[in-house]
Amino acid sequence: MMAKLDLRVLGPILALVALIVVGALLNSNFLSAGNVTNVLSRSAFIGIIAVGMTFVITSGGLDLSVGSMAAFIAGLMILVMNGLLPTLGPGVALVLVGILAALLAGTVAGFVNGFLITTMRIEAFIVTLGTMGIYRSLVTWLADGGTLSLDFGMRTVIRPIYFGGILGISWPIIVFALVAITGEIVMRRAAFGRHAAAVGSNDQVARYSSVNVDRVRMLTYVFLGLLVGVATIMYVPRLGSASSSTGVLWELEAIAAVIIGGTMLKGGFGRVWGTVIGVLILSLIDNILNLTDGVSPYLNGAIQGVIIILAVILQRERKAGS
Amino acid sequence: MKHLALATLMAATALPALAQDTKVIGVSIPAATHGWAGGMNFHAQEAVDRLEEVYPELDFVLATASDPSKQVNDIEDMLATRNISALVVLPFESEPLTSPVKAVADSGAWVTVVDRGLAQEGIEDLYVAGDNPGFGRVSGEYMVSALPEGGKIVALRGIPTTIDNERVEGFQAAIEGSGIEILDMEHGNWNRDDSFTVMQDFLSKHPELDAVWASDDDMAIGVLAAIEAAGRDDIQFVLGGAGMKEMIKRTADGDTMIPANVTYPPSMIATAIEMTAVGLTSTAPVAGTFTIGSVLVTQDNAMEFYYPDSPF
Repeated sequence: MMAKLDLRVLGPILALVALIVVGALLNSNFLSAGNVTNVLSRSAFIGIIAVGMTFVITSGGLDLSVGSMAAFIAGLMILVMNGLLPTLGPGVALVLVGILAALLAGTVAGFVNGFLITTMRIEAFIVTLGTMGIYRSLVTWLADGGTLSLDFGMRTVIRPIYFGGILGISWPIIVFALVAITGEIVMRRAAFGRHAAAVGSNDQVARYSSVNVDRVRMLTYVFLGLLVGVATIMYVPRLGSASSSTGVLWELEAIAAVIIGGTMLKGGFGRVWGTVIGVLILSLIDNILNLTDGVSPYLNGAIQGVIIILAVILQRERKAGS
Repeated sequence: MKHLALATLMAATALPALAQDTKVIGVSIPAATHGWAGGMNFHAQEAVDRLEEVYPELDFVLATASDPSKQVNDIEDMLATRNISALVVLPFESEPLTSPVKAVADSGAWVTVVDRGLAQEGIEDLYVAGDNPGFGRVSGEYMVSALPEGGKIVALRGIPTTIDNERVEGFQAAIEGSGIEILDMEHGNWNRDDSFTVMQDFLSKHPELDAVWASDDDMAIGVLAAIEAAGRDDIQFVLGGAGMKEMIKRTADGDTMIPANVTYPPSMIATAIEMTAVGLTSTAPVAGTFTIGSVLVTQDNAMEFYYPDSPF
């Protein structure tokens, strides 16, 4: 199994390689260090969330609330930092408080979703559709319909979290890589990853195999919430603001990336590295369209749609052939 | 269902008696989905609060809709259950809103349309219009005056709509023959994040640029962040638009990257509500078209357009 080249596994990789070749042919700046850094950094938000989403979908769940949740957490993080600025002053301490607030809010939000789904036994689709609306409204309300902006003195302190880095690699890329590698190890090697797949495959059998189904499901939502917090920590320093237009449709991008990567939407099988490829495919499409002339910007959505469907067809056909 | 119908019927028959004392003005606007709409919501709410005190005989119903079909429902509900004497509507989109607004006009109520016109002429009694071709033209004329030798620019567009098309056409007409060349145009959707991403890619693609027409202040913020992160100093300035308070402040303070702005005031909703209230309570004529022009803001006049309390 391992030795034989599984062409189904190669599907998303082939799509990614094809995109990179197309991009390089169309524009000489495509493979420049600057552009690669830009694309990878901006992929980090969706990427970090999508890794968490892989576990939720693998265990047979779904979370539509992550985009609104990110917007709400971003708003909260800005309010907390602005509120404590007079006491703590602009500095590392205040950044740490902001980070802590984001992680805590994310965990709590994930717990609320998980509690309603596992303990109250409400469909994940309905619960997260509800919380999606709640968080979106809350951030609009917090911002009074406008935009929440981080105090100017604080921005220069926090900016390096998005724009800085070590050895020329920016922090969002490093964090995204760490989250992805950890996710891959947990999915492949840890009991939790196998339990998530078992629950998503058949929760009755999993229950008889003494897997604590509710606990596994709950944890997938809590981890996803935590990762939304992490993504927000990367997001806020970029523009220092949050509004009701923050994180719109992130949930669908994350879900699309997960499915492009080969995770099954009905659960039972997940592939974290595939998700990473899926995220990169989605970012590259946007990037290539911006770098290219001759395609009407009105058609960007159509081209994205075609490539997403092609990437998935590629997998299915290989599967039938092998 | 039967009860609901009965209740609606009762409400509909009971209200006219009440309406002799108080007239109800319905206000239907899009929800605060981006900065400008947020400012518009703020001014609508403020105008309603203020006018309710000024005119005790008027009652206001304010509804915000996140998409055109929700707005249609809002307007149908206002007509069916609140017996409105006047409707102030900022249509989400022209086509889908035309027939529901026409139904309100046919019922005999006063109709004020704001910003976006309806697909069919002659429905509204009062049209408070923003000047989108003018917005583009004023922006283009500023570009020409700021780059007298011509130059290379990129432009960011809003959400694909008639508004955006009219602005871009006005802009293109104004710069024609000036030697200013638009190298690239993409949709930044009046969104900071989207425009940041688009601008990063424009910067990778074009090694030499003279200026950016961001066409909106939210997009200008994204553009400025991308330029700053890339450390590019070839770009002389970024022209936004719509008059966000932070950007107006920077223009007033003499920031060379933001030397000007072009207004498209979200407070035009307040003008519309106020004029409708005047029309309902007095004999002063307010029917017709009232166009709110787009004005060029520079350092000299910036403080006249600075509203620190507004969210936008």
